[in-house]
Amino acid sequence: MDSSLRVVSSRSRRVGPVVLLVATRKGAWILHGDAGRQTWRVDGPHFLGHVISHLVLDPRDGQTLLAAARTGHLGPTVFRSTDFGRTWTEAARPPAFAKAAPGETGRVVDHTFWLTPSNAREPGVWYAGTSPQGLFRSEDGGVTWAPFSTLNDDPQFREWMGTVQDGTPDGPKLHSILVDPRDARHLHIAMSGGGVHESTDAGQTWTPRVAGLKVVEGFDPAVVTFHDPHCVRRCLSRPDRLYQQNHCGIFRQDRPDADWVSIGDTMPAKVGAIGFPMVVHPRDADTAWVFPMDGSDVWPRTSPQGKPAAYVTHNAGRTWKRQDVGFPRSQAWWTLKRQAMCADAGDPVGLYLGTTSGELWISRDEGVAWAPLMQHLPEIYALDVVDLR
Amino acid sequence: MRVLIPSALQSYTGAPLVDGSGETLGAVLDGLESRFPGLRFRIVDEQERIRPHLRVFVNGRPLFDLNAPLPPTEQVNFVLALSGG
Repeated sequence: MDSSLRVVSSRSRRVGPVVLLVATRKGAWILHGDAGRQTWRVDGPHFLGHVISHLVLDPRDGQTLLAAARTGHLGPTVFRSTDFGRTWTEAARPPAFAKAAPGETGRVVDHTFWLTPSNAREPGVWYAGTSPQGLFRSEDGGVTWAPFSTLNDDPQFREWMGTVQDGTPDGPKLHSILVDPRDARHLHIAMSGGGVHESTDAGQTWTPRVAGLKVVEGFDPAVVTFHDPHCVRRCLSRPDRLYQQNHCGIFRQDRPDADWVSIGDTMPAKVGAIGFPMVVHPRDADTAWVFPMDGSDVWPRTSPQGKPAAYVTHNAGRTWKRQDVGFPRSQAWWTLKRQAMCADAGDPVGLYLGTTSGELWISRDEGVAWAPLMQHLPEIYALDVVDLR
Repeated sequence: MRVLIPSALQSYTGAPLVDGSGETLGAVLDGLESRFPGLRFRIVDEQERIRPHLRVFVNGRPLFDLNAPLPPTEQVNFVLALSGG
């Protein structure tokens, strides 16, 4: 079904229309925005009732959509569309772990959680991260998927992954699959739990990258198992810079320095440095956003004090500035999941966020002011935005 | 034999009842997969186990083993539990 809506105007100068992809616990929506992000055409729901963990449009061809899907009762799969969701076809071989040897207990993919297209030099290549933690690769645009035995079945990795009891409430996950735009063989992945890992040989070998990161008090940060990166992003304008929202703060890494630097210490004490999404500016590697969540005592995972706000840094994390204009001033107990905030490539950058209570918000001016875009959606799991040029 | 397909899987078969054949449950599923690609993996995981919340009944009795011989029957019933929220 289609409907149209108009949102609050701004003076933004944009470069082209955008497509905002909304993945929810009960289906997916595709929002087509004009160049000014003023008028949006809402297309959806797609897959009503299906759990859609991630919906991603291939920026390399501007038309291939992949949806990571499952239902409460059926096994996980990946759907593919090349006509913006008018028609969908199912992957012929969805992500699945290797069959266990006789007498051994094999793992089962509960759901595909994260989808990442490789860089422009590898058209048709995609990566998928699953729950429980697994890495998969497709070389045919998402039709067939092969497991990475170097990671999925490696005894050391399996130890770092822990068990289901060690994972997040929705199950342990492999996420934040980052492909270097300069070199498709250079990869990062993150696991909740299990740390951040880097490969320079297309995933044949991996090196843990947890130095400098904090872990929960009382645990040994040298043990990779204890690390819980919530979201890691690479700066396209400076690919050797990574930002990370972690279970224990906010961090930045500037390769070749392998150590992460804590950059959350200057966040206001009453807000803290806990959260899930991490968003980077498409052209300014010193600018990034977080959306803090309450990580005190039992971890409510809601906006601190019931007052939602994004925080932006313009100096690589040295200082942070609160951005809450337009948001409710009180009694708004939002939760944002790690994939539910993103930035477009406009000038100024447009920011988007989605809450677990089904609200979709937009900022057309890099977070200075926010306005509601949609309400009453199901629990929002993930957002992705692509600029069509 | 006939195979009863639950509503959540009828996007594959287009019908609640389809024809099936085979001497084991696994063989029935293989036959269905050849006609309705993708169906089997939604029912059976990569370790060859029937997924949680999905049950198979023949002659009123549950089946769990894909390789066990099917008892004489005219209908295999796939049933989804009504769980979740």
